[in-house]
Amino acid sequence: MTGKTHRQDFKAYAADYGQRYGILIALVLVCVALSVANEFFLTQRNIINVLRQASINGILAIGMTFVILTRGIDLSVGSVVALAGVVSASFATTSATAGIAGAPYGFYIAISIGILVGMAAGWINGILVAYFNVPAFVTTLGMLSAARGLTLLYTGGRPVPSLTPEYRNVGTGDVFGIPMPIILFAVVFIAAFLVLSSTRFGRHVYAAGGNPHAARVSGINVKRVRMMVYVISGALAGLAGMILAARTGSALPQAGIAYELDAIAAVVIGGTSLSGGVGQVTGTLIGALLISVVNNGLDLMGVESYYQQVIKGMLIVAAVMLDQARHKHA
Amino acid sequence: MQPLLEVRGLTKSFGGVAALSNGQFTLRPGSVHALCGGNGAGKSTFLTIVMGIQQRDSGTIRVKGQEVSFSRPSEALAAGVSIIEQELSPVPAMSVAENIYLGREPTGLFGRVDFARMNANAQDLLDSLHFRISARSLMMDLTVAELQLVEIAKALSYNAEIIIMDEPTSALGEAQADELFAAIARLKEQGKGIVYVSHRLSEIFQIADDYTVFRDGRFVGEGPIGDVTRDSLIEMIVGRPLTEEFAKSNSPTTETVLQVEGLNAQNAVKDVSFTLHRGEILALYGLMGSGRSEIFERLFGLTPDLGGEITLHGKRVTLSNPSEAIRRGLAFVTEDRKVSGLNLMADLRDNICMARLDELSTFGIMRRTREASAAQRMIEAFGIKTPNDKLVVSGLSGGNQQKVVLGKWFLTEPGILLLDEPTRGVDVGAKREIYRVMSDFAAAGGAVIMISSETDEVLGMADRVIVMRDGRISGEVARDALSANSLLHLAA
Repeated sequence: MTGKTHRQDFKAYAADYGQRYGILIALVLVCVALSVANEFFLTQRNIINVLRQASINGILAIGMTFVILTRGIDLSVGSVVALAGVVSASFATTSATAGIAGAPYGFYIAISIGILVGMAAGWINGILVAYFNVPAFVTTLGMLSAARGLTLLYTGGRPVPSLTPEYRNVGTGDVFGIPMPIILFAVVFIAAFLVLSSTRFGRHVYAAGGNPHAARVSGINVKRVRMMVYVISGALAGLAGMILAARTGSALPQAGIAYELDAIAAVVIGGTSLSGGVGQVTGTLIGALLISVVNNGLDLMGVESYYQQVIKGMLIVAAVMLDQARHKHA
Repeated sequence: MQPLLEVRGLTKSFGGVAALSNGQFTLRPGSVHALCGGNGAGKSTFLTIVMGIQQRDSGTIRVKGQEVSFSRPSEALAAGVSIIEQELSPVPAMSVAENIYLGREPTGLFGRVDFARMNANAQDLLDSLHFRISARSLMMDLTVAELQLVEIAKALSYNAEIIIMDEPTSALGEAQADELFAAIARLKEQGKGIVYVSHRLSEIFQIADDYTVFRDGRFVGEGPIGDVTRDSLIEMIVGRPLTEEFAKSNSPTTETVLQVEGLNAQNAVKDVSFTLHRGEILALYGLMGSGRSEIFERLFGLTPDLGGEITLHGKRVTLSNPSEAIRRGLAFVTEDRKVSGLNLMADLRDNICMARLDELSTFGIMRRTREASAAQRMIEAFGIKTPNDKLVVSGLSGGNQQKVVLGKWFLTEPGILLLDEPTRGVDVGAKREIYRVMSDFAAAGGAVIMISSETDEVLGMADRVIVMRDGRISGEVARDALSANSLLHLAA
């Protein structure tokens, strides 16, 4: 026991380093390997491509990080992507049949509507989880189904086409050559990073996830924190839904199917503990990039997409196994 | 007589740091042997090596004269050595019998579990030990004391001759502890040897026959318990002469800071009225389940208002949630720091700042330098042993963890401290520091309400004692009229 504190001190540092840099090292190694294997990988065009592919999943995964930090899960983000996408698009379409009365509305109105739809879905999730004690898995599984159903009801199963150019700009535009989705992803990442690392709410999230009892006794409104994380996740799902719709030029009711799985994968690969209280959005960022890089690399090497899914599955499990091994030692 | 367990020159280092050097221990059959030492004394290292969880660097271990070297706990079990850990891990939804025979269920035809035989065997075992527990009841329906007894039965079902008990009473009330001691006495009669680890000295003097003291990873001394006084044992454990066990420098005033009138709370707490004065240490004494903790939970806004009036500094208050309680100057050191005191996954700094985030931030943005200096202040004030404030608190010893909890609450600059079993599971040295903190706090004009199951502590620290029984106040005793007898009489 005398040596224990020293040893644990060292282990804590090692674990901290491992958590911070382990997955980053994996990302760098994969990048190096791919740039050697394929001369196209390191071109500017491909890098932009990888980042753009990562952006939608990355935005969802950042919202998911908040939820998972509080010991929750949000399975509904894929469906909320579709719902927010079609509702928002119906305010921004020039099509006479698919839009709602008076469409197209201004860009800001359409975007705000999309965010609000996402927040509303998240708010319902949050109320049920935090105040009615319905398990997050069940609540958001319900929302996964309900939001998809609402999407299909709202559109009659048909896409919402012919979006206004300003709206499409969210998905296809660029600033100084950097595509809009990447910029939005960066903004969301920086905001989330600052919120989690430097705000009172961030401290509340970690405390409520690390030990909800102790957080409550310490005067933290744990229920409100738990509700808020679902609202954040919902809002970001709304944003992702609009980016997706804007990129494809029309909002599809089938959009976003199974997106929650990639988002959870990015969070988990990034080292956030599913039992809550431990993790960073930097890890999630790297997790999302790693998934995207691996997908891209396999594409470049001409690996069939069915194999890609198998490899991604192994990647997720391997990342968690590493995580477990580390915790055992710590 | 040949010793049951004889350990000589046991040594273990971690990364060049000696956790235990020259550990020695001799257990006679039919005796209770107390293993004493502060946090970090090397007791856990010693026990984990004896149980085969860790491997020694050198030294010998003999069980009944036979030299042994266990490489895993199952080998120790097979050789008749078993341990009852401080934190029990029952399978709650399974029956007592299923838990006792977990992993070695008697089987019948086609490998089907023979429940009838298993239940009968388990019941025989429990009855032979005079434990009034049904083998068919579910673990989740048992009290903590009963869970301990089931663990003992389980140990004996492996034909254990040496039973190690690590802080078995840390979660027990006095009456339940007596039940455990009766069981231990019966084991002694059967010639079993008990290695008893506890921070509670009065228990050690009550039940142990011999003692061995470790300090800073070394063997310090051993002998029959009858040859040692309480003070000299403390001195051996702490390593320096002690002036007084209970440092008490406060004296109560007549100024009322808190008045509770006809308060009801959860679990049938009814009509509780008392006053608390500036400078006073008031103890709430009573058996487990007598409603002591429920009063704290109500006062701290953790449970709903079920009626009654609370007056703080002459002003009626509702105390409807913890943040209101904190704002009004209350601080609540809960009974179990791991369950409701600490965020074990977070570092010292985050834990210390957890109840003070409002003041450490501006418009919701945390002020890092303020957080760091607040943490540093508390680490110094409480003498928390840590290299820095970024260490995750799960790596701290029990005493240091408890100091982190105290630091968290002192940072809120409270006027009233609610302490629920503040010294549970901390060593003698840390206990004294906690007593000093309490008494200094009261002397500086604060007021303390303390819940304690340890009679010594209540007698040593309290200015006044309120005794609870079945959710009601059954009596109040002033310091000059305090005695162990009067307390037990009112509580039982």
